[in-house]
Amino acid sequence: MKQKEFNFKDYIRNRYFPHIWCPGCGHGIVLGALLRAVHELGLEKNEIVVTSGIGCSSRISGYVDFHTLHTIHGRALAFATGVKLSKPSLKAIVPMGDGDALAIGGNHFIHAARRNIDITAIVMNNRIYGMTGGQFSPLSGSGKKATTAPYLTIDRAFDIVDLAKSAGATFVARSTVFHATESKDIIKKAITHKGFSVVEILTQCPTYYGRKNKEGDAIQMMEGFNTHTAKIGSKKLENNPNLIQRGIFVEDKTVPEYCEAYDQIIATAMKESL
Amino acid sequence: MTTHNNIRFIQGNEACVEGAIYAGINFFAGYPITPSTEIAEHLASRLPQQGGKFIQMEDEIASMGAIIGASLTGNKVMTATSGPGFSLKQEALGYACMAEIPCVIANVQRGGPSTGNPTHVSQGDINQARWGTHGDHAIIAMTASSHQDVFNITVDAFNMAETYRTPVIILLDEVIGHMREKLVIPDPGVIPVVKRLQTSVPKDVDYHPYLPREDGRLPMSDFGGEHRYNVTGLFHDMWGFPSNDPKIVRGLLRHLVDKIENNVSDITRYKEYWLDNAEYVLVSYGAAARSSIHLARNRQARGVKLGVLELQTIWPFPAELVREKCAGAKAVMVVEMNMGQLVAQVKSAVDTPDKVFLCNRIDGELISPTDIKTALRMIQGKGV
Ligand SMILES: Cc1ncc(C[n+]2csc(CCOP(=O)(O)OP(=O)(O)O)c2C)c(N)n1
Ligand code: SF4
Ligand SMILES: [Mg+2]
Repeated sequence: MKQKEFNFKDYIRNRYFPHIWCPGCGHGIVLGALLRAVHELGLEKNEIVVTSGIGCSSRISGYVDFHTLHTIHGRALAFATGVKLSKPSLKAIVPMGDGDALAIGGNHFIHAARRNIDITAIVMNNRIYGMTGGQFSPLSGSGKKATTAPYLTIDRAFDIVDLAKSAGATFVARSTVFHATESKDIIKKAITHKGFSVVEILTQCPTYYGRKNKEGDAIQMMEGFNTHTAKIGSKKLENNPNLIQRGIFVEDKTVPEYCEAYDQIIATAMKESL
Repeated sequence: MTTHNNIRFIQGNEACVEGAIYAGINFFAGYPITPSTEIAEHLASRLPQQGGKFIQMEDEIASMGAIIGASLTGNKVMTATSGPGFSLKQEALGYACMAEIPCVIANVQRGGPSTGNPTHVSQGDINQARWGTHGDHAIIAMTASSHQDVFNITVDAFNMAETYRTPVIILLDEVIGHMREKLVIPDPGVIPVVKRLQTSVPKDVDYHPYLPREDGRLPMSDFGGEHRYNVTGLFHDMWGFPSNDPKIVRGLLRHLVDKIENNVSDITRYKEYWLDNAEYVLVSYGAAARSSIHLARNRQARGVKLGVLELQTIWPFPAELVREKCAGAKAVMVVEMNMGQLVAQVKSAVDTPDKVFLCNRIDGELISPTDIKTALRMIQGKGV
C-alpha cells in the first residue's frame, strides 16, 4: 500500500495555532522534520508520547497531536522516564532546548543516557535562552554576547555529541535546520533505535542570539549552518577538519535497553519469590 | 481472618510499603535518604515480584518527575524521601497539583533545616508539606502513630490521590519509620481500594481531560490509550490548552483549592482518647501522639480528666473538628516535635485561643510522657 502523502494538518492541533515562535525561528523546522519522520515511519499517533520541559523549543509538545506532556524546566527526561518505563510500548520523544537539556537538565540528560532507556531526545540548540529573552546558555561558548553577558561570555560550551557519547547514549547524531531532510532522516533512525538517542539540531534564534551577536537574519544564520558544518566522511570535512561535523556518530545496538533489562529483573524476582 | 501469614513484626517504613501494596502501587521512583530508605529498599524487591516497577533515579526531582509520568500511563505511584529530598521535590509536586496527577509522596521527617539531624526524630515539615511549593494550592497530608495506622493511612493516601486527583503527602517521623511493632495486614477487600476513574468517553469522541463531572471528579484517560490530550503546568482550559484568560485562571485555581477544602470532613482521619468530659485536651500526631496517649492513660487512672485528639489528617486542617473537640476543655496543649507548626492552626480553630499552649521538643529526642506531664502541671498552676 502506498503511503498517504504527508499533510502537516494530520499531525497538529489546529486549536493551538498560531504558534508562539518569532518569524524566522528555527524551531518550526525541527517540528516539521519530526512530523515528517513520524509520518514516514508510519507510526500511529496513539503510540507516541512527546514530553517536553520549558522553553520556546519545549512548546512543540502543545502543537502536536500525540499524547503530550509539557512539564517543568529541565526535567522532561525524568518525566519521560516514568512514562516509558511504566508503558514501554510507547514511543517516547523529548524535544528540548539547549538550556533545558544541558544546564538545569544536565543531570537528567547524562543519567538517561547512562541508563540507555529508549527515549529520543532532540536537542534544539540555538545557543541561547530564547524564552527568557536572550541570556547565555551552556552552549553559547566563550566570547559571545547575551543579555547576561554584556562584556562577552567566559564559559566554554559543551559539545553535546561528545557529552552524549561519554554518558553512554547508544545513538548520537547532529544536524542543522538548514539540512531539514537530513534532520528528518536522522530523527527517523533515532526513533527506530532501541535505546537512548540524542539528536542535536543546530537551530537559529534570530531574535536574541542572532541580533546580539550580529549574525544577521534567519536566512543568514541558516546559511551559516551550511558553511560552518560538514558531513562526516565528506570531502568538505577532509578539506576543512575544523568544521562542525554532521551525521551519525554512534549507533550501538549491543547495549541492553533499560525497560527490556527491567523485564528480566521482573522475571528473576517472580521466580525467586515463588 | 487473621492468620499467621498476615501478621508482621516490622518497621513503620515497611508498614507504609505494605499499605502501598495493598492499595495497588505498581510504580515507585526514589533516591535514598535516611530515615526513609527502607521504603525504597523494600519496594525494590517487592514491586518486580508482582510485575510492578521500581527505579532509582538520579535525584529526588527526577523521582518526582518519573512518578508523575508513570501515573499518567495509568499506574498507582509513590516516591519516598526525607527533608532535603522533600525540598527538592517541591517544584514537581506543585506540577502534580496543577496538572491534577494522582501520586503519593512519603516524607519520613528528620530534623532540619538543611542536612539537619538525619537519624533523629522531628516533625519539622508540617508547614513545608502545606506550603513547600509555590503559589496558592490545596494539599492533603496525613500521618499516623502506630504501624497499623501507618498501613491504614497509606491506603487512604492512595485512595484520596485517585478520588481528588492530587498528590497526597504521608508525613512519617523517624521514630515511627524505624520502630518495630506488630502489623496485621487485612485480607484483600477489607479496606476499600479506589480504582482510577476512567473516562467513559468513547474512542474518536472529544475527551476533555479537565472538564469536571457533576460531582466534581475528573475521569482520566491513560497516556497511550485512545484519547490524546495535553498536560501542562501552565494554567489551562478543559482541553489542557494553556491559557491566561482571567476567567480560566480564576476558575482553575478555585477548582484546585475547592476540590479539597470543600471535602475536609471526608478527608479527615483522627482518633480520640478520653475526650468525653476532658478538662485538658492534648492535640497531637505521629510519634508525639504515642507519648500523649501514654500520659493520658496514666493520668486517667489517677482521676485526671486528660484526653487526646490525635490528628491523622494534618492538611487540609480539620479546624471544625478541632474546635468541637476542644470546646469544653479548660486548656488545650498541642504536643509536637517542632517549634510549634500546628499550634497556630489549633489556636485559630478554637473559640478561645488563649487557652491553647504548645508542648514541644526540638532536640532530636522523642518527646516523653514526662515532658508532657511537666508542661501540663505548669498550665495547671501546679509547678514542676
Ligand atoms: C526552575 C526554572 N528556572 C528558570 C525558568 C525560566 N526559564 C524558562 S525557559 C528558560 C530557558 C530556555 O532556554 P532553552 O532551554 O535553551 O530553550 P529556548 O527557549 O532557547 O528554545 C528559562 C531559564 C523556569 N521556567 N523554571
Ligand atoms: S525567542 Fe528565539 S528561540 Fe524563542 S521563538 Fe523567538 S526566535 Fe525562537
Ligand atoms: Mg535555547
